[in-house]
Amino acid sequence: MLILLGAHLVAAVLAPALVRVLGPRAFYLLATVPLAVFGWAVTNVGGPPREWIHPWVPDLGLALALRVDTLSWLLVSLVGGVGALVLVYCARYFSADDPGLGRFAAVFTGFAGAMLGLIVSDDLLLMYVFWELTTVFSYLLIGHNGTARPGRRAALQALIVTTAGGLAMLVGIVILGQHAGSYRWSEMSTALPGGTALVVAVVLILAGALSKSAIFPVSFWLPAAMAAPTPVSAYLHAAAMVKAGVFLVAKLAPAVVAAGGTAAVTWQALSVGLGLVTMLVGGWAALFQQDLKLLLAYGTVSQLGLLTAVLGFGSPEMALAGVAMVLGHALFKAALFLIVGVVDKTTGTRDLRQLNGLGRRAPVLLAASVLAAASMAGLPPAIGFVGKEAVFAALLDSGTTGWIVLAGVLAGSVLTVAYTTRFLWGAFASKGGEQTEPAPAGSLLVAPVVLAVAGIGAGVGAGFVDELLSPYTSGFANGPSTDHLALWHGLGVPLLLSVLVLAGGLALFRLMPAGKAGPKPGGGVYERIMTGMDRLAVEVTGATQRGSLPFYLATILLVLIATAGPAMIAGWPSGSQFRLWDTPLHLLPVAVSVVAAVFAVPARRRLTAVILVGITGYANAGIFLLHGAPDLALTQFLVETVTLVMVVLVLRRLPSHFSQRPGSWRRRVRVGIGMAVGTVMAGVGYLAVSARQAIPVSIDYPELAVTYGGGHNIVNVILVDIRAWDTMGEIAVLVAVATGVASLIFRHAGELHRRGPVGTPTDPPAGEPVWLMAGHTMEAGRRSTMLEVVTRLLFHAIVLLSVYLLFTGHDTPGGGFTGGLVAGLALTVRYLAGGRFELAAAAPVDAGAVLGAGLLLAVGTGVGALVLGGEVLQSAIIDLHIPLLGHLHLVTSALFDIGVYLIVIGLVLDVLRSLGAEIDRHAQPTAPAHEKRPQEELV
Amino acid sequence: MRPSIVLLIAVGVLFAAGTTLLLERTLTRVLLGVMLLGNGANLLVLASAEPGAPPIVGTADTAEMTDPLPQAMILTAIVITLGMTAFLLAVAYRSWRLSGHDEVQDDAEDRRVRELAERDEGSDAEELDADELDNETLEETRR
Repeated sequence: MLILLGAHLVAAVLAPALVRVLGPRAFYLLATVPLAVFGWAVTNVGGPPREWIHPWVPDLGLALALRVDTLSWLLVSLVGGVGALVLVYCARYFSADDPGLGRFAAVFTGFAGAMLGLIVSDDLLLMYVFWELTTVFSYLLIGHNGTARPGRRAALQALIVTTAGGLAMLVGIVILGQHAGSYRWSEMSTALPGGTALVVAVVLILAGALSKSAIFPVSFWLPAAMAAPTPVSAYLHAAAMVKAGVFLVAKLAPAVVAAGGTAAVTWQALSVGLGLVTMLVGGWAALFQQDLKLLLAYGTVSQLGLLTAVLGFGSPEMALAGVAMVLGHALFKAALFLIVGVVDKTTGTRDLRQLNGLGRRAPVLLAASVLAAASMAGLPPAIGFVGKEAVFAALLDSGTTGWIVLAGVLAGSVLTVAYTTRFLWGAFASKGGEQTEPAPAGSLLVAPVVLAVAGIGAGVGAGFVDELLSPYTSGFANGPSTDHLALWHGLGVPLLLSVLVLAGGLALFRLMPAGKAGPKPGGGVYERIMTGMDRLAVEVTGATQRGSLPFYLATILLVLIATAGPAMIAGWPSGSQFRLWDTPLHLLPVAVSVVAAVFAVPARRRLTAVILVGITGYANAGIFLLHGAPDLALTQFLVETVTLVMVVLVLRRLPSHFSQRPGSWRRRVRVGIGMAVGTVMAGVGYLAVSARQAIPVSIDYPELAVTYGGGHNIVNVILVDIRAWDTMGEIAVLVAVATGVASLIFRHAGELHRRGPVGTPTDPPAGEPVWLMAGHTMEAGRRSTMLEVVTRLLFHAIVLLSVYLLFTGHDTPGGGFTGGLVAGLALTVRYLAGGRFELAAAAPVDAGAVLGAGLLLAVGTGVGALVLGGEVLQSAIIDLHIPLLGHLHLVTSALFDIGVYLIVIGLVLDVLRSLGAEIDRHAQPTAPAHEKRPQEELV
Repeated sequence: MRPSIVLLIAVGVLFAAGTTLLLERTLTRVLLGVMLLGNGANLLVLASAEPGAPPIVGTADTAEMTDPLPQAMILTAIVITLGMTAFLLAVAYRSWRLSGHDEVQDDAEDRRVRELAERDEGSDAEELDADELDNETLEETRR
């Protein structure tokens, strides 16, 4: 069974390619998959239920538990058989130039697979998964013509209604499953809870089932879904999807009714009551339709109502009749939908006012229609007749309730006969005037003829059908059914009733005025609900999403103040000890930092503000140094410098002053929030530090660093070994940032090659090596030859220093970050002194390539450890004694650090190329000459 | 552990100044706010460790060393702030190139929704129909 499910998946995936190669003929190939399902059903007739159980998510108790009992078997053969026929029909129905055919084929096949999964799942959670899959696929199929509004609207409506029901059902399933301790229905059904829990669960599950089967009051989605191509209507809305709800009712009925009490009564009242209402409303509406397809659609609603009522009734005799009717309905309704498709295709219309005399021109079509319609109206010898007779007989034996239900069923059946007659008359009768000239239908007729004949065959072979289906009824407490399906029950009340229904229906058809517009039940409420939701969404969005960044940030910060502030005051430690400072030396950098920060806020000049903020950074470096963190001090110092250069590179293009903004109260609010946040954060810091009592996790790090990390600088070992994952995440962020910067500055992908070393000087003297590139590109007045020369001389020394910092970082302050920043600064100086050509000469590589190489090296180190049998990012220490060179101490995490080093260089290079060189280029054509390179004055 | 008041004052002032700048509309000021907040946060993390000798094995007794873990975290944070700064700078520059200033405007789409709400109307997402739209509008919708 898993293989069959898998085959659908494979076929669905392959379908678009097949359609591209074979055109509509691909449907023949796809039809083999449901045909195989049908073949399986034929070869596995009868016998005890079959089970397949494969573990899936054991932690959730979720298993691929499949089970095929009599009821599932019936649906399996229908889904397979009708599916194969409809796909064969599709091959002729569509032409090669229909848009989206490949997608259609894929979705259709996928739907068939999901439907199969739904009916063979024993695990109800698994069934729910397939249930929702059918919903999604049907959404795609109904909305096949996505450019037309009715199609989209109908698809969305079907999706929303059935998904809402499905969610309710899920809750119901969970209630039952939690009580039973299992989600397999074969186990749950014997362990149903009692009392209110069962009532609630039953109502919720019915909500799902009934919405799927378009039962009143949510019937409206099904006629709207007729926007789908006709084969979809034939399969989804006759044989398959809408049967899912009926199937679920049939599956649950024996156990729920056996449980008795309020739950059983609720179940019967809901399914039978709503079913009958649906039957009458749908049948009545069908009488007024002019579109043959809509007529069938309302007819389907009506029939689904009947099926729900009969199967939900809960007696074995009714259940047997019900499953027979499920079989009958699938055969005749699929056939009739396909016939409407043929009519539509060959005449170009489905409007029964325009069709005239088609019966004489298309005798085969007429014959198939009459056979299928006979089944729908319940005439012998069709299976529909057998089912309906059985219903009448069973209801006659069911006491007062049975009589009441019988009255409803009889009224519904009269309507059924009437709209069946209307269908035949509308499609085929001669109505005077111009006759319709159909195109030849050819092999399009195969599928409907086979289905219609099968309906008659099932009726003639009622005894055999009875043998196949009656095991289902033994699931009932008082089963199996004592009645049996038969074509001929002898002269009796049921036969009399059948005759009366037929006469009544024909009379009703005669009395009906032909051209009156009919009622459309239920749709208005849905529209109103949807409009209301839409309005609510607009109001809520409009009220909360102001679209203002300061507003959002202020909201977040106010929440921080409002939650952390009171908590801080409430938890303030009384009598806690503090110290004024760690060392009085702290006072100096802190004072500098505080003053700079306070003055940065109101600064009017951009450059002033930037420098003041930079000062707080340098002051931080001082604090780090005093605290015993030389690595941090070094990094902070370098980062602050790189940042300052970056900011100035951009600021040269922005206005020198901030714009004057009105509103002093706004400023006061900002300052107020700022001061509150500052107070809260300082307070939180005080609390958190006072609360520290446990021994730090890092107490063992010194020893670990040496033994396992092979280094003496603990901070560096933490970065590249103990907490290397953090660093991995960080460098990934850096690569993303560099990419982001480049994509913001370069206007389109074609310019991205300028991340690389483009543009040697415009015309260098041939053959003559150039030492200072700027000589050819920069005006003499803007150059500082002294700076250029010194930079050239120092460059290699600085790069060497960076490499030294990189490799000694494991034992002394330094490491990949510091080394990379130093090298980056060397490049920065080259750029500042000599412009972008000097930068290209200093780093003749693409920034992206450096970043990529770094990331590759870092990840490679991690994966390498894994390949060699260690853990990800585990490091190994290699001590080698090489003659001449002496002792060599190698730690593999050094490779990781080299990756970090490269990424930092790549980031700086990327920033220089985009914020530096590219902005130069932007400035060149427009800016006047004397403003061309203002950054040198700034630096 | 006993907290150091001087350090916490620096934390408070940096957060206060950073937050105030963060609430501005000018992207450069927002950027400066982020940098100040970053510095403040680093000090906050630093305050969680007792000061001591640099955590380098061999240079001092293990017991005298300061806790290396907050340092590793701060180091990561410093470099991330660098990346963040670069990115915000690029955004500010881009905004300047596109609109001639680097101020964050209110989101146009949000304003539209607000106007819908004031007029008591629903959204019009449902109403798109290929048959009723000319090609130009369709193109726009696709974009």
